[in-house]
Amino acid sequence: MEITAIFQIAGVGIIIAIMHTVLKQMGKEDIAHWITVLGFVIGIFMVIDVIAQLFQEIKSIFLFQ
Amino acid sequence: MEIIQVVGIGLIAALLVILVREQKPQFAFLITVFTGVFLFLLVIGQIGAVINVINELATRSGIPDVYLKTILKIIGIAYVAEFGAQMVRDAGQESIASKIEFAGKIFILVMAIPIINVIIETLLSLLPLGSS
Repeated sequence: MEITAIFQIAGVGIIIAIMHTVLKQMGKEDIAHWITVLGFVIGIFMVIDVIAQLFQEIKSIFLFQ
Repeated sequence: MEIIQVVGIGLIAALLVILVREQKPQFAFLITVFTGVFLFLLVIGQIGAVINVINELATRSGIPDVYLKTILKIIGIAYVAEFGAQMVRDAGQESIASKIEFAGKIFILVMAIPIINVIIETLLSLLPLGSS
């Protein structure tokens, strides 16, 4: 896990925003919304890994498990 | 000089959040969560070292193991509850955040019940009217 993941998430967000705008201009609103959902799921997967790691560390340090 | 790293990461994350929030608020929230977790993971090693020293001191001074474990558990619960509540509050759900804090307080109280019991029993054994 590294600091670059922050830039990755921000990059995914910016790219998704651009794609959303372009698709909206082309008049394909439904595809634009699906792309937003997809990007959000990708971001969630990145964050969930880190949250799992955090909870594991807290368990091992504070709760003796 | 890890503090410079921490401050730098915080500044960069804040900038990115401002940049992304206008277009896609969901990603801004993800960045916030990630940064919070990352900063904590940076310092958790030091916390572990400190707790090891405290553990050793406690075993050397003969304090029963249960007390230290309870206190550490309480610290852990307090941290997790605070973390969750702040994240939810960032997302704009003030009421859920206050419920998380409430649940944390209740769990801490439950953890502290054995210690309170011991204190009350000690007090009762000290008082002469307890035996009559």
